Amino acid sequence: MAKKDFELTWKEIPVGAIVHEPGNASEYQTGDWRSQMPVLDRDKCVKCGICYRFCPEPCIVKDDEGYYVADLFYCKGCGICAYECPKDAITIVKEEH
Amino acid sequence: MAKRVGAEGSFAVAEAVRLADTDVVAAYPITPQTHIVERLSEMVADGDLNANFIYVESEHSAMSACLGSAAVGARTFTSTAGQGLELMHEVLYLASSMRLPIVMAVTDRALSGPLNVWGDHSDAMATRDCGWIQYFAENAQEAFDLTLCAFKIAEHHDVLFPVMVHMDGFHVSHVVEPYLLPDKEELGDFLPPIDYPYPLDPNKPVSMGAFAPPAVYSECRKAQDVAVNGTIAAVANVWNEFNKQLGRQYKPIETYKTEDAETILIAIGSFNQMASVAVDKMRAEGKKVGLVRIRLWRPFPLAAFRQAIKSAKNIVVFERSMSYGGTVGPVCAEVKSALYGIKDAPRVTSFIGGLGGRDMSPKHFEGLFKRAQEIFDKNLDIQYETIGVRE
Repeated sequence: MAKKDFELTWKEIPVGAIVHEPGNASEYQTGDWRSQMPVLDRDKCVKCGICYRFCPEPCIVKDDEGYYVADLFYCKGCGICAYECPKDAITIVKEEH
Repeated sequence: MAKRVGAEGSFAVAEAVRLADTDVVAAYPITPQTHIVERLSEMVADGDLNANFIYVESEHSAMSACLGSAAVGARTFTSTAGQGLELMHEVLYLASSMRLPIVMAVTDRALSGPLNVWGDHSDAMATRDCGWIQYFAENAQEAFDLTLCAFKIAEHHDVLFPVMVHMDGFHVSHVVEPYLLPDKEELGDFLPPIDYPYPLDPNKPVSMGAFAPPAVYSECRKAQDVAVNGTIAAVANVWNEFNKQLGRQYKPIETYKTEDAETILIAIGSFNQMASVAVDKMRAEGKKVGLVRIRLWRPFPLAAFRQAIKSAKNIVVFERSMSYGGTVGPVCAEVKSALYGIKDAPRVTSFIGGLGGRDMSPKHFEGLFKRAQEIFDKNLDIQYETIGVRE
């Protein structure tokens, strides 16, 4: 996107609000909506990937060491990963803004 | 050469859709559907119209199928009325905000309940704010002409909005009357093939109907509002071109004997033809009365309207729908809003009638003029009257 959506004037809206750059939803920071975030305890994590499968965003990615971690650019802080984790390795922590 | 044929208004609309070489017709085939799509499905089955006819399970699906069809750049038509238009309601807003050039004929009917499928403007007025270009045809000829024009308007690159062609249920849709049916040759190049500029294309992918958060929704809405308000000239130009090609002129606001008229009746739809007979009679009696017919309802042609009522001291609005709990009916609200702030603005009185198929004769319209005069003379504090109702 050349301009962020909050920078566009009404004259710059394409006809029919058509998005001419498909896939640009990936540029949308849904992490903005978050008031709490998941914190992973690597000592408890067994790398089972259940959080990865349950994340509705889906924003959890596998890192170089094989741990599943939330990409906070997208994570909305819903807490499903913490709820589903069988090892209680994920805690949801309130964020201060 | 044009043939003079006798047919229902519904069949006249179907002929216009055939002459337009429509690519896709998506429609729900059962009540409150009219003969428009019945005739079209015959044409497709007989090979007279090379179109895809999509039979859908509801009007909501009909309009949804039209979105897809228009989005790939196919010339798209549907038709409905009454409850069917209501079921479509949600999708109407998508068609206009996505700027898809769909043409729809609406044979205006009453809304339930009590259950009533006869004509009035309840359905039309409920879709007033959905962002479509909307205009009214008053007889079979107009229904034919204005359906044909609707394709050219909707697909015009300065427009790109869906168009609703309204006509009164039964009084236009089901009445057999003569109209001139031109052949292809006579149409010339009036209606070129559709050239939708943003068709869905796997090689050039786009997203249509994406979401817009609070940060940009208002900008999208203003862009749409400015765009639809800017189509009035294009609509009028298409009607002028139609006149050049086929010799029948349509205008956003039609006037009848208004030059020196002190009292002007304002109405929409086929009942205007009854009203014009009343105006003729009263003119013969020396009364300075006239008639303003709102043809283009959305976008509302404010400047042309103000010009048309210039001479009026009194305005009488007649309309076929109610705004339950409102101060006046929707047409009168529009008229009053259009007059507000004008120096020496005329007085307005308002009547609601012709509901659910109730007829209005020229005599009834004469009665309206008389009652309006009484309201003005006695300065009665009446917002509107519902006429022809047994007390």
